[in-house]
Amino acid sequence: MSLSQLIVNFGHGILGTLQIFVLTLILSLILGAFLAVLRVSPVPIFRFIGGLYVNIIRNTPGVLILFFCAFGLPYLAVRFSSDPGVNSYFYAVLALSLYTAGFICEVFRSGISTVPLGQSEAARAIGLRFGQSLRFIILPQAIRTVIPPLASVIITMLKSTSITSAFNNQEIIFAMQNAIEKRGDIVVPILIGTAAVYIVLNFLLGRAFKLIEKKAVILR
Amino acid sequence: MKKLVTGILSITAVGALALTGCGKSGSPTDSADGGTEAPEYTVASDVKLDGSPTMKRIEQNGKIKIGMAMDSPGLSYKGTTDKEPKGYNVEVAKIAAASLGLGPDKIEYVDTSTPNREPFLQNGQVDMVVSSYTINDERKKVIDFAGPYYNAGQDLLIKDDDDSIKSKGDLAGKTVCSTAGSTPAQNIKANFKETKLVTYDNGSKCLSDLQSGNVDAYTTDDIVLRGYAAANEGLKVVGDPFTEEPYGVGLPKGDKEMREAVNDGLEKGGESGNGDMKKAWSYVFKTEDGYQDPKVDRY
Repeated sequence: MSLSQLIVNFGHGILGTLQIFVLTLILSLILGAFLAVLRVSPVPIFRFIGGLYVNIIRNTPGVLILFFCAFGLPYLAVRFSSDPGVNSYFYAVLALSLYTAGFICEVFRSGISTVPLGQSEAARAIGLRFGQSLRFIILPQAIRTVIPPLASVIITMLKSTSITSAFNNQEIIFAMQNAIEKRGDIVVPILIGTAAVYIVLNFLLGRAFKLIEKKAVILR
Repeated sequence: MKKLVTGILSITAVGALALTGCGKSGSPTDSADGGTEAPEYTVASDVKLDGSPTMKRIEQNGKIKIGMAMDSPGLSYKGTTDKEPKGYNVEVAKIAAASLGLGPDKIEYVDTSTPNREPFLQNGQVDMVVSSYTINDERKKVIDFAGPYYNAGQDLLIKDDDDSIKSKGDLAGKTVCSTAGSTPAQNIKANFKETKLVTYDNGSKCLSDLQSGNVDAYTTDDIVLRGYAAANEGLKVVGDPFTEEPYGVGLPKGDKEMREAVNDGLEKGGESGNGDMKKAWSYVFKTEDGYQDPKVDRY
């Protein structure tokens, strides 16, 4: 593997990681927000379901959830595609989304509880229903306060994509393994290079969150 | 609620099955410890390696540290309750150590994997690596190889009742599993465009995927596959290797004296010598079939 081949190899790996990351980001944000709503719902059974989810998922290692998705779901005949690569991609995205959503839910919930109780009481006083008060009063304020902790959870998720190479996903770690096998003479530089790739990706992600934070944050 | 509980329970059970299935499929048969006694190799007594820095370190430590993978049945495998790994690589390691005047009690086995073999040899965490270690020019830049003691080749492990794969030419449209990053996996990806590749972090997952029918074949070096075929019912090796993977004994770079000594030991173990290598092979695989005499390359 020459230098240019190494770069192409890692380029493919970065692309693979980003593909997993983007879809997982979207799904886990949606699921996380939904779970947060469940957890603050006035209906006890909804609160119970939200709490149960978070307690099971957050207390389980992510790699185990991947195991359940990658090896448990085929036993239940849950398949997304006849192509094994596409199938494994969706198993990985599903597992990472389920896992990350548990943390995002808690971040959102902490944001919701920073909004003073008076706000929701005022919302109720002017006749807004639960859903309306969440949508127009609580969540817009909550989201602004949760951006810094949310950034940490998302960055952790990006790094967690690295375990998907063990389950038939061709991402950065996969590229690294290819490179090490072919270039036994530069193992340590390859390891450092791989770390650098993650650092750059996460640094950019952190900058993006910083920008969003500047635009959206409110001081109380 | 009841439905939910049963649902969760069944998923858990299935997951547990998948997990235990994985653990089990990697375990070897008892062939390596049942029946015949482990062969003993003549430990050289007149070894003088005064100019070898590695030997100096070994003498200081009082033992030789030999690196190998521990997850390959037939080659080098260590179960959770085993004290020492078993397999052909282990026997070769013993022969190599014996040629340096070190008996089996002077060997400490160190678990190594692909990314740490060269660094471990370079910084002295191991004195030797005997681990299905293919000799190539890139690796030779930073370490040295004695041997080769065996010439492996990429082959295919398939189900017993599968008649559709007889050689690599039948792989078009098939799904093939291998270890992520391994040379066989990269070969499939680069040269078999019509073959779908599935990669995991270890061979046991490929094995369970082959057994469950998720993939049509598991591909890696033939000697590794033979170990799996011997340890698992209903699987066979196609037996038409299509690459060359000469296995060498990895040694620290520049220690020519030690390399020559190990080469001598491997050659002495050949059929023209005392036949230790063949003894080791028949002990591990219960047959003389497939044995190769070491063809040492003294570069």
